[in-house]
Amino acid sequence: MSTPQPPTQAAPAWQAVPGSPYPTYTSPIPVIRTHLGHALASEWTKIRSVRSTMWTLGVFVLLVIGIGLAAGALVANSSDDLGDETPLSLGFFGLLLGTMCIITLGVLTTASEYGTGMIRTTMTACPSRGRVMAAKAIVFFAVAFGVTLVASSFVAFVQVGMVTEARDPSGAEWLKGTVGVSLYIALLGLLSLVVGSIVRHSAGAITIMIGIVLAPLVIALFMFSPSLEDLRQALFEYSIPNQLSVFYSQSLTDTGPSGWDPLWIVLGVTAAAFVGAYALLERRDV
Amino acid sequence: MIELEGLTKRYGEKVAVNNLTFAVRPGIVTGFLGPNGAGKSTTMRMILGLDHPSAGDVRIDGKHYDQLKDPLTYIGALLEAKAWHGGRSAYNHLLCLAQSNGISTSRVREVLETVGLTAVARKKTKGFSMGMGQRLGIAGALLGDPRILMFDEPVNGLDPEGIHWIRNLMKSLAAQGRTVFVSSHLMSEMALTAEHLVVIGQGRLLADTSMADFIERNSRSYVRIRTPQRERLLDVLHEAGVTAVDSGGGVLEVEGGKSERIGELAAQNQIVLHELSPQQASLEEAFMQLTAESVEYHAHSDTPREQPWGDSWNKGA
Repeated sequence: MSTPQPPTQAAPAWQAVPGSPYPTYTSPIPVIRTHLGHALASEWTKIRSVRSTMWTLGVFVLLVIGIGLAAGALVANSSDDLGDETPLSLGFFGLLLGTMCIITLGVLTTASEYGTGMIRTTMTACPSRGRVMAAKAIVFFAVAFGVTLVASSFVAFVQVGMVTEARDPSGAEWLKGTVGVSLYIALLGLLSLVVGSIVRHSAGAITIMIGIVLAPLVIALFMFSPSLEDLRQALFEYSIPNQLSVFYSQSLTDTGPSGWDPLWIVLGVTAAAFVGAYALLERRDV
Repeated sequence: MIELEGLTKRYGEKVAVNNLTFAVRPGIVTGFLGPNGAGKSTTMRMILGLDHPSAGDVRIDGKHYDQLKDPLTYIGALLEAKAWHGGRSAYNHLLCLAQSNGISTSRVREVLETVGLTAVARKKTKGFSMGMGQRLGIAGALLGDPRILMFDEPVNGLDPEGIHWIRNLMKSLAAQGRTVFVSSHLMSEMALTAEHLVVIGQGRLLADTSMADFIERNSRSYVRIRTPQRERLLDVLHEAGVTAVDSGGGVLEVEGGKSERIGELAAQNQIVLHELSPQQASLEEAFMQLTAESVEYHAHSDTPREQPWGDSWNKGA
């Protein structure tokens, strides 16, 4: 110690440090300009290394395949035919319940970091908050979409094979019943991730998301007053279970969203929520 | 080098950090001292870009934290204990940090070895003891082999062996030319590790000085003397130009470290001494005096105040 201290002055820029008056440690670890790829690798490690991921996705697959096959078996063994419906529509029940698992995983991806304090470590390692959020969103979406696509396609193939007394689905119907519905559910999970980032509390965010999924339909069920008929109709049509069923060309009503509409709706809502969550993330303290 | 300039953080009406200006320079351990609630952790969070300052600025080698492209190889931090997901293993926790900064997996094993957690690397961190948790936090800070290290209360919850380990670690890191900034609320701990000292209280800067200066300025040294020939000794000391003060109970005190001189004088004059001991007022006392006005949460252990309901209720006891 006791070397005379040079007067403290602002270092011009960190590149100038080698010439600074202070002895400075130089790390043997090569300096790398980090990018989104690094954040993606990190988030992939995070999502695969906690047991909640295995649990939520495991239960999801069980629900989708278990309920799907049970529904297929029941219909195949009955004497009624499905009329104008295709066997794909039997996948709906399992996916509706499974959605809860995807929602839970989506919320946990962001909110659990706040619950555990991990978020401070994460943001210290990667100060670009937008990059952290984008990496989380991409990794989660890929996982949720992949798992849903595999599970829903498997159920669809088996059901079409089991239920012979029904119309064969067209190519467009195949696409909607597998890729379409998987995109929809993965986006719903992404919306949950975004809500988790805004609310920063796992239980709170999961409650909000389950409310969003179920409340409109349940409320509409009890709207008996004729003056509320229009509202009741809208709540039915735009409730998430009904939008999900649109992918199987069946709906509670004849008006309302049809075709690929539900996908554009959830895409718009998620994008708006994402922008809002990003703005909040930048502004708030971690 | 960390530079703070007028750094301020307000939470509504409350000012947590008030206009802090100081610099932390490389090559030494800088202690960041203050009582609980003084704003140490808030300051550290602002340095790391986690909290936005209400006013002022903080820069790391001239850059804001979020301008660092590979922050872990630049600055490593141990913030509060257990800032991680308890369901993840120690290895996976460090792995995801390493990946986000492009650090190799071999480095993860290296730091696990350094902090002595190799044997439990695959265990879930929620089963870790306080000390193991601190070690994992330190492993995370060391991961990028950074030139700046920040530790928030690193010895909390550690056993004596762990404390010893941390002290040596910090000293050796500083000796390699790194900037080491460590917070504590224990003066005695800082006296053993830090070369430079920054003291805050209620968010305000109270001292920014070298440890040697602080000790010299704040610790009163004196010689404590007991003798059956009190008057005789006082005369002798007076003749020799040494001022002694009676501190009661038959004890004399002489300012400064003059014990040899006093012993020699007593021997020459054949005065019996029962005690001749150099004393040093503790740094802890000096620190408490410095921060006395700014301590937010006083333990009201002093004289009991009069109770609004009168104090007759316990008179019968």
